[in-house]
Amino acid sequence: MRLELQQITKQFPGVLANDRISISVDKGQVLGLLGENGAGKTTLMNILSGLYRPDSGKILIDGKERIFRDPAQAIDAGIGMVHQHFMLVPVFDVTESVVLGNEPTKGPLGSFDRATARAQVAELSKKHGLHVDPDAKIESLPVGVRQRVEILKALYRKSDILVLDEPSAVLTPQETEELFDIIRGLAKGGTSVIFITHKLNEVIAVADKITVLRRGAVAGETTPAKATASILAEMMVGREVQLTVSRSKSHVAEAVLEVKGLNVLNDAGALAVNDASFEVRSGEILAVAGVQGNGQTELVEALTGLRLIDSGSVILEKKPLPAGSPREIATAGVAHIPEDRNRDGMVKGMTVAENYILNTYHLPPYSKRGVLDRKAIAAATEKAVKDFDVRTPSIHTDIASLSGGNQQKVIVAREFSRNVRLVIAAQPTRGLDVGSIEYIHKRIVEQRDAGAAVLIVSTELDEVLALGDRVAVMYEGRIVGILDAKDATRERVGLLMGGITK
Amino acid sequence: MSTLKQFWLKVRVPALSISVALLIGALFLVFTDIEVLGMLLSDPLGALALGFGRAASSYSALFRGAFGDPANFSKALASGDVQLWARALRPIVESVVASVPLIFVGLGVSIAFRTGIFNIGGAGQFTMGAVGGAIAALVFGAGVVPAPIAILLVMIFGLLGGALWAFLPGLLKARVGASEVITTIMLNFIASQLVFFLVSNVEFIQKPPRIQPVSKELSQFVDLPGILPIASLRLDIGIIVALLTAVAVSWFLFRSTRGFELRAAGLNIAAAKYAGMGASTSIITAMLISGAISGLGGALVAVGTVKQLSPGIAGSVGFTAIAIALVGGTRPSGVVATALVFGLLQHGGSLMQVETSIPIEMLLFIQALVIAFIAAPELTLGILKNPFRRRQAKVTK
Repeated sequence: MRLELQQITKQFPGVLANDRISISVDKGQVLGLLGENGAGKTTLMNILSGLYRPDSGKILIDGKERIFRDPAQAIDAGIGMVHQHFMLVPVFDVTESVVLGNEPTKGPLGSFDRATARAQVAELSKKHGLHVDPDAKIESLPVGVRQRVEILKALYRKSDILVLDEPSAVLTPQETEELFDIIRGLAKGGTSVIFITHKLNEVIAVADKITVLRRGAVAGETTPAKATASILAEMMVGREVQLTVSRSKSHVAEAVLEVKGLNVLNDAGALAVNDASFEVRSGEILAVAGVQGNGQTELVEALTGLRLIDSGSVILEKKPLPAGSPREIATAGVAHIPEDRNRDGMVKGMTVAENYILNTYHLPPYSKRGVLDRKAIAAATEKAVKDFDVRTPSIHTDIASLSGGNQQKVIVAREFSRNVRLVIAAQPTRGLDVGSIEYIHKRIVEQRDAGAAVLIVSTELDEVLALGDRVAVMYEGRIVGILDAKDATRERVGLLMGGITK
Repeated sequence: MSTLKQFWLKVRVPALSISVALLIGALFLVFTDIEVLGMLLSDPLGALALGFGRAASSYSALFRGAFGDPANFSKALASGDVQLWARALRPIVESVVASVPLIFVGLGVSIAFRTGIFNIGGAGQFTMGAVGGAIAALVFGAGVVPAPIAILLVMIFGLLGGALWAFLPGLLKARVGASEVITTIMLNFIASQLVFFLVSNVEFIQKPPRIQPVSKELSQFVDLPGILPIASLRLDIGIIVALLTAVAVSWFLFRSTRGFELRAAGLNIAAAKYAGMGASTSIITAMLISGAISGLGGALVAVGTVKQLSPGIAGSVGFTAIAIALVGGTRPSGVVATALVFGLLQHGGSLMQVETSIPIEMLLFIQALVIAFIAAPELTLGILKNPFRRRQAKVTK
């Protein structure tokens, strides 16, 4: 089916989320929808899936205007969404998950016809080359396979138009390749696919047509044949962007952090970090790669005092790490950019200034005899906001109303405001726009050049390869390999991320 | 933005909620009146006239009970007689008196809420403060120490009583993760039973001839000075202390280092831990302060207003205060304003009950509506909006 969105406009209080956006995708075509966070991709898709009504504009399917009052009508019209966060019930098996909501029934009581359902799912999975065991429990499946279940779910509902929202965020490079094969296969079979992403290389790899959104409006349309990553980045951001961080050779000196035989348990009491040993030296960046959920979170939490160490030794600047005390670790010269900035990095409901002093509020000059010195706090924050180019109406603005990139700049400014010997940055650019990524990378490299040791944990292979002087890969809690930058190719690191050590 | 506009933005939801709640309450009064319903079919217009007439007289009684009768004011103005003045002013003064415990407990629970602790134990902490205050009055009053010092001791014992009662659940939560909701509710019961025990078994406390479960007349031991020139109006220094406490709480929350920690912990406990703030210290500190403020209120109310310790001293203060804290946005100024409104409703309601035989439950209904509307600001603001204007506000760049 041919889908066309014409002049879609959606206004939210204070934000024009979609400004006369027109996109179209033909039968069997893959449309790459590229845009930064806040460019209006999600709003547009929510309109397409019937969650929002546009203020003006039309949705046409095969030339006929359709109005979706709720998601059920969009599904009936053949639009299938695969969300970034999977909507699956962990204790269900694949068959149950796929048919949920449209179960085949039998008998006068309308009881669930499992045999038919299983056969339908098996057939569907064979037809589209989506290899899944219909009897496997969701909780036992890796994320890549769960995603296939989500796609099957959409296909089971007879979707002719498949919308994939940031589908590669949770996948290894190899799994992403498999996903691309699936998408190509679906398109060949006549399904129209809208592929939403902020990753430039992915649209070039898989799309037939690329539409770039910027600030709620279409910034341009192109095809992979004509586009390069830097052209697309420029369309996305509206100015020329340096995609690779320029950095000089590192001047590596003594080890700042030495980790030996570290074991850390997760919340469930299972071993999340298994016998990890590595060191980070002054003047170098050690980038830890790995698919999400392989122990990186627990490793960072242990090193920053948010989680207790089960066994093993961690030496920070020749002294044992004051484990379990974030404050003492920070005082010892560790800057921590947390993985989940919404959860750990900032307090929404507090101002930019209050967030800037979040972990130094008890020290002079901000606090004197238990009383906050508002003038000192304001002066320091004003300076930081200027130095780090934080775009905020005022330092007394609630940090929740800033964009993700500006929030992250406040966090980075705060962490780098102390005397830094070791930087621990977990997913420092997750969900940020290209412009902010460039800026934050530059700041991290500056810290390295100033002699700090830097430990970066990232699931984005591009980031790992761009920043790491050495690259460590974590798989199921173990460090399965540490490579020098020159040996760390996309393929080698990708295989290690999948646990293949050869 | 002008300060006036800012002020309006802050108060529009509560103000509108109260008006809409009163309006719905009026409709409710009309359509629950059995006489009105009986006439509705035979004489609909007459029925409505009767119903709205009755609702109007009910609200008139509510208003006169809350603020005072304009007729009495004009009489007092004409004659200048102190007795008449007392009569004219009594309703509004009593409304303020009714709001004093609400201010204290509202402020107390607000501090806990700000820290992310759902302290339901305002009633228990208030009661234990009353116990502390009563004991201090009995021990140090009646000339044992000079009166100002006795008053100070009443307040200190009240603070300690409330703080102790909040410290226990705080400690349990911080150390073993016991839910403060459950522990504080349970301690409410224990507090009122403890008072029952004290006032029926301890000769030192129980009122002679020891028949009723109430304490001795506390005003014979410590008399809190009134602040109005007319002696028969019972507004004492309690209201002054309440307002000063509100200022102190505001300063503590927004200017002190400790207050910063509590607010951060309340808004985002994960980020507070990340920033190296001790979660258990925050919990215990917040509970101590929260309980101390409620306890201070208990002591001042028991000694000053009620002048007696009895098991039911807290009444429904605990739960009303929770509503007040939430309606007031846990801001000290908001809590004081809301407590005053609830005090007006409460005292006005008593006259309405006397004059019109409408049960006091009707007021609880209106209070509940106020809270419901404030809890759903979108709904309330939707009432404000002109429905015909919505269509146009589209493409404005």
